[in-house]
Amino acid sequence: MGFMDKIFKQPRWGVHPDDHKRPAADTPLRTLPLPARVYIPLVQHVGAAARPIVLVGDKVKKGQMIAEPGGNISAPIHASTSGTVIAIGEITAPHPSGLTLPAITIESDGKDEWIETKGVDDPFSLKPEEITKITAAAGVVGLGGATFPSAVKFSLGKRLEVSTLIVNGGECEPYLSSDDAIMRGHADQVIDGVRLIMHAIGARQALVGIEDNKPEAIAAMRKAAEGFDNIHIRPVPAWYPMGSDKQLIQVLTGKEVPADARAAELGVLVHNVSTCAAVHKAVRLGQPLVERIVTVNGGAVAKPGNIFLPIGTLVEELLAFCGAKETPARLILGGPMMGTPLPHAKTPVVKGASGILAFSAAEAEVPDAGPCIRCGSCSKACPMGLLPLEMAAHIRADDLEGSEAYGLQDCIACGCCSYICPSHIPLVQYFNHAKGELYSKERAKLRTDATKRLAEARTTRLEREAIEKAEAAARRKAERDAAKKKAAEEAAAAAKESTTEGAAS
Amino acid sequence: MNQPHVVAAPYTYVSKSVGNVMSWVMIALAPATLYGFWLYGWPAIFLWTITILSTLAGEAFCLRLMDKPAKPVLKDCSAALTGWLLAVSLPPWAPWWVGVIGGLFGAIFGKQVFGGLGQNPFNPAMVARVVLLISFPVQMTSWVSPLPITAADAPSLHQGLMITLTGIPKSFDAIASASLLGFAKTEMSRGVDLLHAFSEATAPVLSFEGFRQGSLGETASLLVAGGGLLLLWLRIISWHIPVSVLAGVVIPALIANGADPEHYLPATTHLLSGGIILGAFFIATDYVTSPNTHFGQILFGLGVGILTWIIRTWGGYPEGVAFAVMLMNIMTPIIDRVCKPRIYGRTRAGKPIVADKVN
Repeated sequence: MGFMDKIFKQPRWGVHPDDHKRPAADTPLRTLPLPARVYIPLVQHVGAAARPIVLVGDKVKKGQMIAEPGGNISAPIHASTSGTVIAIGEITAPHPSGLTLPAITIESDGKDEWIETKGVDDPFSLKPEEITKITAAAGVVGLGGATFPSAVKFSLGKRLEVSTLIVNGGECEPYLSSDDAIMRGHADQVIDGVRLIMHAIGARQALVGIEDNKPEAIAAMRKAAEGFDNIHIRPVPAWYPMGSDKQLIQVLTGKEVPADARAAELGVLVHNVSTCAAVHKAVRLGQPLVERIVTVNGGAVAKPGNIFLPIGTLVEELLAFCGAKETPARLILGGPMMGTPLPHAKTPVVKGASGILAFSAAEAEVPDAGPCIRCGSCSKACPMGLLPLEMAAHIRADDLEGSEAYGLQDCIACGCCSYICPSHIPLVQYFNHAKGELYSKERAKLRTDATKRLAEARTTRLEREAIEKAEAAARRKAERDAAKKKAAEEAAAAAKESTTEGAAS
Repeated sequence: MNQPHVVAAPYTYVSKSVGNVMSWVMIALAPATLYGFWLYGWPAIFLWTITILSTLAGEAFCLRLMDKPAKPVLKDCSAALTGWLLAVSLPPWAPWWVGVIGGLFGAIFGKQVFGGLGQNPFNPAMVARVVLLISFPVQMTSWVSPLPITAADAPSLHQGLMITLTGIPKSFDAIASASLLGFAKTEMSRGVDLLHAFSEATAPVLSFEGFRQGSLGETASLLVAGGGLLLLWLRIISWHIPVSVLAGVVIPALIANGADPEHYLPATTHLLSGGIILGAFFIATDYVTSPNTHFGQILFGLGVGILTWIIRTWGGYPEGVAFAVMLMNIMTPIIDRVCKPRIYGRTRAGKPIVADKVN
């Protein structure tokens, strides 16, 4: 970046960490040899877990649906290779807790044989809803890491009459280059996917934001987009977190997403470049999402690069393929700024895994946290305009509501503040803790409210019943009294009559 | 696999540390300090050393009381910087105990009683300086004329040590005199107006290169400002506080001097005498005790500047930077409460913005 660019184009938020993308990004794409077994979790997306539709012992082919969506917001899961289902049970989830997750294990038959796939030759003659349906059936989810079911987003975009599709080729996380790899190697697939999504949501134009540290990808995408006047390739400054939806929308359109609204309400929808390519494969080739490109990088990896592999492959096998320089001191799923630490390498690669990082001991070193010197680096870096130092001070004092008043719920957990802090205070950890506490408090409050409502309802019911009973008793008593009175009167009348009669006689 | 125990990302960090930041501030302060050493000779060097050592000792003592290891805390260099800032704001030939009391007071009562780095409401160096000024007005206003270390009549190493340890001997007495601001204040109180006062032959003169009476490291305005520019360039400080502090002094000075030069000092005098440049770049910019938004910093800086001008013009003391900084330090929490940045997707009031559709 030139000096003038630095003044005028560099955003006023964010950080600029060393990107560590090369040489991994420049090595040619490799394909992982077929693993003997794949472990396919049933939760690889935001929303309800998928429900298995196969039994242990079933023979499956690559691309065959093995679990159906578990709800309106969910996605189906497909076999990523051909073979036999040997287990449906728990495996370690790619999550720091090391807890387990239901998964289907398939033993490969070594043939990697696809089901009969049938693509659509002229998808643009289809109704937009058809594209959405095909995408949903192919189990496509947001591949940038958010893993929101793409088809659900398409329907939302269509309903809210979105005008602009924003294609996220930012890939601002250091170390990662899987989006870069797909743009360099398969720009035509990405652009076709962009056109398909535009058709599905009725968008008039697409803005493709690519960070300017990926000149090869920009060139390839420009070439592939030639002839499509409504697809604009827009290089953006390499600046973290450029790949965050809200920030990319702001840089490309100049507009902000309101705090209480979704991007679609602004008339834009954001999709990642890898998701676009997955939509292309689903529609044109009829292939569901069963494979992806994963970046393997980090100081402990001997041959870092981008690897094409079936979903469900164990991280262990992937690392073995890339070779180790030393025992990894830390394993991360995703990028170093927002990724998830993996408890060990016996966890499967999921749909949302853009990268697996194996850090050397030097890279994994966590500096000791010191006191806050109120330097304000964190608030200058915050892309949301928050004051992380004040929020953290309130959380430290256990004043979670106070930190909420400073905008805790607007925090996107991008990690800029923790990254830049000269005292190395784990600010995001504070915020995640507070968000979790507030969430459970909210849940507890809802529960007590519900209990209270039920208890109150019971009391009113009992009171009402008591009143009703009393009223019924009183009524019965009145009836009895009336009957008695009547009987007495009748008796009296009869007696009188008899006396009169007697007198007469 | 032995993973460090941090759950939340990020897992990569900027290499900058608190120690780095403090060290850079000291590096920026070094040229003006070295010039002060040359200008005022050995006594200044001894006083500077004693003040810093006392501050470090005060900090170590408190940490010891709290059963905390002192070494990692001392390594963040914040105590050394406090000592350094205090030293450069002292009269260069002040006796040793001024440095000791100031250093200990700054570290213990200025900082550690509040919980250490980041917790102190006032700038510790200014707390110490104000305590010294109020307690020992004679020693704290005994200025010497510059007597470069290379000059023939400058105190030797031994004489310098004696000056620091036992006070200024009679033989050097002649060179002690009032500072320019002090001179102006005295003359005004005698009923002599400023135009007449400064036409006297004995009146102190302004000096760009810092060849004047003043504190150890404050006189060389250009070197101090140069250090400040280095900090700006390194983005350790932003322009908001220094510029607004200087504006806060210069604007009222220009107006008042323009209207009545007999009673109000000109803006250049305000800038080139006393410690306003040092205060603007090094004291008021202290992270801990200044606001953390740009707008807040401008309010804070203007406050420091205007209060300095008010104290210098109408106050009982000839110099007011330290008082002004401390007064604005107490305002910092209030300024921070009022001035908050706008959150993305929200108005300044915190309400969500109205969606402006992309067409």
